[in-house]
Amino acid sequence: MLVYILRRVMLMIPTLFVISIISFVVIQLPPGDYLSSYVATLRAQGDLVDEQELAVMQQRYGLGQPIYVQYYKWISGIILRGDWGQSMEWQQPVKNLIWERMALTVVLSGVSLLVTWFVAIPVGVYSATHQYSIPDYLMSIFSFIGAGTPGFMLALVVMYLAWSKLGMSVSGLFSEQFISAPWSWPKVLDLLKHLWIPVLIIALNGTAGGIRTTRANLLDELNKPYVETGRAKGLKEGKLVWKYPVRVALNPFFSTVGWQLAGLISGQTLLAVVLGLQTTGPLLLRALTSQDMYLAGSFLLLLSTLTVVGTLVSDILLAWVDPRIRLAG
Amino acid sequence: MDEKSDHSNNILLEMRDLKTYFFLDEGTVRAVDGVDLQLRRRRTMAIVGESGCGKSVTARSILRIVPKPGRIVEGEITLYRGVKGNGGGSCLLTEAVRLTDLDPRGAEIRSIRGAEIALVPQEPMMSLSPVHTLGNQVTEAIILHQNVSKAEALQKAIEMLDMVGMPQPSHTINCYPHELSGGMRQRGMIAMALSCRPSLLIADEPTTALDVTTEAQILQLMRRLQSELGMAIMYITHNLGVVAQMAEEVAVMYMGKIVEQTDVDAIFHKPLHPYTRALLESIPRLGQRTRGRRRLASIRGMVPDPYALPQGCSFNPRCKEAVAGKCNVEEPSLIEVEPGHLVRCFPHT
Amino acid sequence: MAEPDNDTVVTEDAEGTAVQESAARELSFEEEEVITGEEEKIYVAPYWKLMWWRFRKHKMALVSAGVVILLYLVAIFCEFVAPYNPEDYFIKYKGTPPTKIHIRDAEGRFHLPFVYKIDRTRDEVTLRENYSEDTSTRYPIRLLGRGSEYKMWGLWKLDLHLFGLPVPHDEQGVFLLGADRMGRDLFSRMCYGARISLSVGLIGVLLSLTVGIILGGVSGYYGGRLDTIIQRVIEFVRTVPSIPLWMALSAALPKDWPVLRVYFGITVLLSLIGWTGMARVVRGRFLALREEDFVLAARLAGSSEMRIILRHMVPSFLSYIIASLTLSIPGMILSETGLSYLGLGLRAPAISWGVLLREAQNLRSLVLVPWVLLPALAVILTVMAFNFVGDGLRDAADPYAR
Repeated sequence: MLVYILRRVMLMIPTLFVISIISFVVIQLPPGDYLSSYVATLRAQGDLVDEQELAVMQQRYGLGQPIYVQYYKWISGIILRGDWGQSMEWQQPVKNLIWERMALTVVLSGVSLLVTWFVAIPVGVYSATHQYSIPDYLMSIFSFIGAGTPGFMLALVVMYLAWSKLGMSVSGLFSEQFISAPWSWPKVLDLLKHLWIPVLIIALNGTAGGIRTTRANLLDELNKPYVETGRAKGLKEGKLVWKYPVRVALNPFFSTVGWQLAGLISGQTLLAVVLGLQTTGPLLLRALTSQDMYLAGSFLLLLSTLTVVGTLVSDILLAWVDPRIRLAG
Repeated sequence: MDEKSDHSNNILLEMRDLKTYFFLDEGTVRAVDGVDLQLRRRRTMAIVGESGCGKSVTARSILRIVPKPGRIVEGEITLYRGVKGNGGGSCLLTEAVRLTDLDPRGAEIRSIRGAEIALVPQEPMMSLSPVHTLGNQVTEAIILHQNVSKAEALQKAIEMLDMVGMPQPSHTINCYPHELSGGMRQRGMIAMALSCRPSLLIADEPTTALDVTTEAQILQLMRRLQSELGMAIMYITHNLGVVAQMAEEVAVMYMGKIVEQTDVDAIFHKPLHPYTRALLESIPRLGQRTRGRRRLASIRGMVPDPYALPQGCSFNPRCKEAVAGKCNVEEPSLIEVEPGHLVRCFPHT
Repeated sequence: MAEPDNDTVVTEDAEGTAVQESAARELSFEEEEVITGEEEKIYVAPYWKLMWWRFRKHKMALVSAGVVILLYLVAIFCEFVAPYNPEDYFIKYKGTPPTKIHIRDAEGRFHLPFVYKIDRTRDEVTLRENYSEDTSTRYPIRLLGRGSEYKMWGLWKLDLHLFGLPVPHDEQGVFLLGADRMGRDLFSRMCYGARISLSVGLIGVLLSLTVGIILGGVSGYYGGRLDTIIQRVIEFVRTVPSIPLWMALSAALPKDWPVLRVYFGITVLLSLIGWTGMARVVRGRFLALREEDFVLAARLAGSSEMRIILRHMVPSFLSYIIASLTLSIPGMILSETGLSYLGLGLRAPAISWGVLLREAQNLRSLVLVPWVLLPALAVILTVMAFNFVGDGLRDAADPYAR
């Protein structure tokens, strides 16, 4: 088992390396660079462009040098100094910008995942054990609709309804006064107040899918002989179901938690843009469109790393949870 | 609570006119269609028949674990539980428990399952939970029915594994089912079933999934345990060779009904029902003297569609001795033609 | 071969006791039961027929399949179905709510379906526009009438429309789903949008499929080194988070590309990310099938490898692949919609449902013109329909995957 983990960790390193290269290359793909789009914006606004200033910026950011030099500067900065570069648009170290956003994204994803599990699993178990009953039928309908409705569309509809019917603005994770304020208890409370709508919307999708998966997996297991053996031993039905088939049916859940979390983190982009959340999505979008090289590249790298780590965690969990895999080494 | 006399002290479980039907979209399957059975203490009865004749459903009806959409629609199953009576005397006091009256999810039937009546199912690999150790599953059975601590239960489990001939019980107890061989798994299942000293063991084709050598070992084990623990066995099988080894009494089932019931000698030497005889004929025997070559004898035709049973005797379309006008019109009843020998067949009654 | 006659044969069994055997009559196999014609039909039905019969049982899947076919018909013939061209705008009817279709007029008389004349007034205080019906003027809706000219599939000039009003544009228009802020009929634009949104999904998936089958098939069938390499590549592609990658790659598409090229670019991008799923599925099936006895039998009978693959293995997993395909299409459609909504995918003047949804970005104006959200409904409907069909296909294809 330990060998298995070690091997996977070792594999992770070259993967991350290649990812960093790809991230950087992708950022560079659009023709031109930050400076050219900056200049274009200035021109569109009718401002004057100072050649000297341009030259200084070019020097500072190493633009105009061959791509591998730029890449080397970037990656060495990260590894050696923890310096993720400077965001050209925001004129701040990338680290500052990313950090808070990343943390919020993780919190949002984590809470959504928990909500999803706490709802989907019991409902799925109930659905499977009471197959064809009315609640089961209702749940099926709900999960079909929920699985087919993309999050950001639901967000649009919810926002529209809240605004037109309630006059309430549900965008953002914070009220006006807290957005740039330093962290404090009131800020946390404010966050919680605003958190529940995005969480509900995100969780909707996951819950719908989770119910269907749990129900399907459990239905598969409920017909298996070992369940009958348990019943023949004299176990109470409820205890029997949760101890044996649910445990087996939930294996895929445990094992994909890393994947799910990673997916959530990178997947909320669209939703975050719609709802105006202060998470990674909107910032990444802006960075991409304005070719803010370091910011976008770092974001991509960070998100990819999280995904890779998430996959690793998933694989380890799967091996741990299923003795059939664990003991096979 | 009845007290029974000497004669029926012998009877452990009595089944009267049991009917278990499955209600499906396509129709109703009469899996068990009027079965009378009496299981005696310390004796082995074999239930023989093809797949789908209803033998497994009969077993599950006893334990009240018939899966949906099946249901017991008629009949009674009564367990005559031995009560610790006054010391001395040959009279055993029994308490009659009508199993068919109990709530299938209720506490009473659950206290009987595993403790007084135990089941050893067919496929040990599929019948044990893959994610729990053998020890976990065996001790669970013990803790469920006996008031012992976890440590004591573990100890008892190891003793039980030892009794069933499991090699290195204190090691295998911590193994997962997929780490054990087929024979070891089945021993584990038997240990689990017998851990609470049941008075009736229902074995549903326990050796079908095993190779012949292991099968022989398991059969030997079961015979030994039966005499050690003094329990009755209801042995379900389609293998007549096993019947010859294990059983004292035999009941042959076809399409949900018992067609012949007698002791094991009579079944092999004086079979009456055409189905029984056809079954016996179809066994290939080594070293027969034959004139010319002979085809393997099989019962012609196929098992009828359970939704469209033939009129009259359900075996008549395939029967060599069927009497047109009688066998395909009326249903025969189970009649005792000789003491201890019952047959459901017009030409033979 | 001498026929044994009907005498009893006495044999000895293992214990040496004489056992009487009953008549050794040979069974003649002509007495075997004959399979009825009904049953035979079931036994020899080709696989796709069996699949169809099973699929038919799923009412939901059947209905959804009908919906999907309807959607694609609209997409293919969008020029005909839409009453107006997508860029036709009605100055007088900017932001009109959906026009109601009546069959009874104010006096209670029945007519063929018609609409009333719409009057537009501006509220003095809020400066909002009010639209009210003028019940004195009726405009009957005409089926299969002539309207704005268009080029069917860019080839033939026609002006036949499924339905419309036989009056000039500056007089009145029928807006089934309302008009947007520029006065363009939303229903017409959604029809045209259907063409792009639905085709992106289909083509993208087909591309993924091609790449996936080739790589997955090679990987699964030949195994060994090749398999390992391809596996590593697949794993790697999967670890890169798709949405940021999409965004980045889409942002990389030059903004000055013509619409059609952007369209193909987006499609290729989407399928580049999606092929891994298909490759994995195909590889899995090949690996499983390779070990099957019937493949071995074919090989022993002397079939060439190609014949084995095409004739024996492909039919086995074809149905499964079709089910996977159908289930992947919604993902593509959603991705394209999302990207276009963000502004990274297709842009005006291209029309897809995602592009249409960009109009809904401004919350305040959304309140005035809420029907611009309707493309979202179309997307949801499409996705759900595909999901149902895919589920039905999967259930029909694989009898064990219950």
